[in-house]
Amino acid sequence: MHSGNITIENITKIEGSAGLEVTIENSAVKDLKFMINDYRRFYTDAVKGRPFVASPSFLSRICGTCSVAHLFASIKAVEKSQGIEVTEQTKTLRRLAYDGLMIRDHALHLYFFVLPDLLGVDSILDIPDDHDDLGHTLLHDSFDIKKLGTDITDVIIGAAIHAPYPTTGGFLKLPDESKFPDLVKRLEDVRFQVLRGIKAFYEYKAVLDRKSDYLALRNDARFDFLEGELISSEGKRIPPDKFHNFMEVVVVPYSQSEGYTFSDSHKNYLVGSLARLNINRDLLHPRTRVDAGEYLKVFPSTNIYHNNLAQAIEILHCVDDAIDILKGLKIVDEKPVRKPPQAGLGVGVVEAPRGTLYHMAKVDEKGMIIGYDVIVPTSQNQISIENDLKKYFNENLDKTEEQLKFDAESIIRAYDPCMSCATNFLKIDWIRK
Amino acid sequence: MENNGKKLVIGWFTLTCSEDSTILFTELLNDHFDEWKKIIEFRHIKSLKTKNTLEGLDVAFVEGAVSSDTQAQEAQKIRDNSKYVVAIGECACTGMPSASRNAIKREDINEKIEWYMSHFPYNEKVKKLDDVIKVDDMVRGCPMDPKAFSVVMEKYLKLFGVI
Repeated sequence: MHSGNITIENITKIEGSAGLEVTIENSAVKDLKFMINDYRRFYTDAVKGRPFVASPSFLSRICGTCSVAHLFASIKAVEKSQGIEVTEQTKTLRRLAYDGLMIRDHALHLYFFVLPDLLGVDSILDIPDDHDDLGHTLLHDSFDIKKLGTDITDVIIGAAIHAPYPTTGGFLKLPDESKFPDLVKRLEDVRFQVLRGIKAFYEYKAVLDRKSDYLALRNDARFDFLEGELISSEGKRIPPDKFHNFMEVVVVPYSQSEGYTFSDSHKNYLVGSLARLNINRDLLHPRTRVDAGEYLKVFPSTNIYHNNLAQAIEILHCVDDAIDILKGLKIVDEKPVRKPPQAGLGVGVVEAPRGTLYHMAKVDEKGMIIGYDVIVPTSQNQISIENDLKKYFNENLDKTEEQLKFDAESIIRAYDPCMSCATNFLKIDWIRK
Repeated sequence: MENNGKKLVIGWFTLTCSEDSTILFTELLNDHFDEWKKIIEFRHIKSLKTKNTLEGLDVAFVEGAVSSDTQAQEAQKIRDNSKYVVAIGECACTGMPSASRNAIKREDINEKIEWYMSHFPYNEKVKKLDDVIKVDDMVRGCPMDPKAFSVVMEKYLKLFGVI
């Protein structure tokens, strides 16, 4: 039985920098600190004074892996502030680009970060170079899957990271329709590889059962990452523009990111793929529901490791959704919707790969940003991560220190946290922990 | 690429940034994983490995700007253990956009910014990498330009007699 301190200075195979300190006394966890260590860049302050049209591109630099999510959330916030309504084609192209984002981003997390845990190796670099080895097959599947996600975003929005084509009101450049048939073929071809991944993550039997509320955007028409109302598993319904009112900021003195609880119950909650599958699995693409039917039976789930399985299933959904869109899409030449600047406040809420993402833009009558706010998924999950780690350590103190560290990292990885996102904004109302 | 059995020993490090070049690097692995695994030893790459060591690097690729003395010391430690250092992406090469906070006016530094600046070891100004250590090469771009990165990688593979 352990006593003393267990420290992981740098948690690996995640986006960004985080650490863990555990103090154990009398066979119990006395203190546990999950610390987000990335330095803040204060982007929500640095964006003030810039023209609103420039803010989405600047704020996409919050994060390398989910820059498209920040880009679209910021564009939505600015459009709301200006009363701009975009065309159906713009909405469809954004949805398609977002499918590409989800495919690439989830595949990176699942195959590069989590797969080594599943295979019992340190790194993808340690997977045997043996074509009969399942790990080798899955890793090489991931190259095809990731590349396809990237290529979708390249064709539709110009790049997977800090995409140049999307703008307030629409697109600066429209995609080349002649590239769609090849994407459709490759999407159909990759389905069996995606399904092989789903089976592998389904068979990953790690368990950390947890209890909290779950929160996700829901659009009753379809499984949607960009439009809808926020729904919690305990029945809360939150219009996107009221989202901030339902959140309570919790300053975590040892972390470079604040945490969040619900303002009414002061309870923590979880966002991300697990929340989306728990709340919206009935809305997945019909082909996904059929072909992943066996695996969908585990939802709703309270096992945090099922966040990995949920991401794998979302990849298939995005593949199927992208096929449908690309098969039916005829590009009409159109310019971005523009209006004279007006003073206003707008909110953009989307489901980023890691969960609900909120952007708020306040613009003056000259079209300059005078206030900005961002709430990212990892900040919302921070308190849940810490609570789940406390539960894990208290229940497993008889394990070796090496095993405890390995399991702690794999729990954190299951959440798929992103520290780059979590450290680039400032909150307004504080409650000291 | 012809290979004589040697490997280039590299490290990949991240300071203050969005990690976009790291993400792009993982994208390059889609096409280059099998080839690079034969000719490159990834001795320190936190985004891919838990077991990392810093000693004896041929080339260190460093992404991100320098926000604190702690990060400056980390950069120095990387420099001391590497024969060559390559700055990766705009934040490492120019400081921007991570150095945007340098332009925030004194009167706009509110209580919240002050709280973070005083509770964590921030420097007053964000610095680019060559402000704190000697840099041998730069790969510009936000994220890095993948073609320029390939050119730099090939240069060091040849320099160390790997290809």
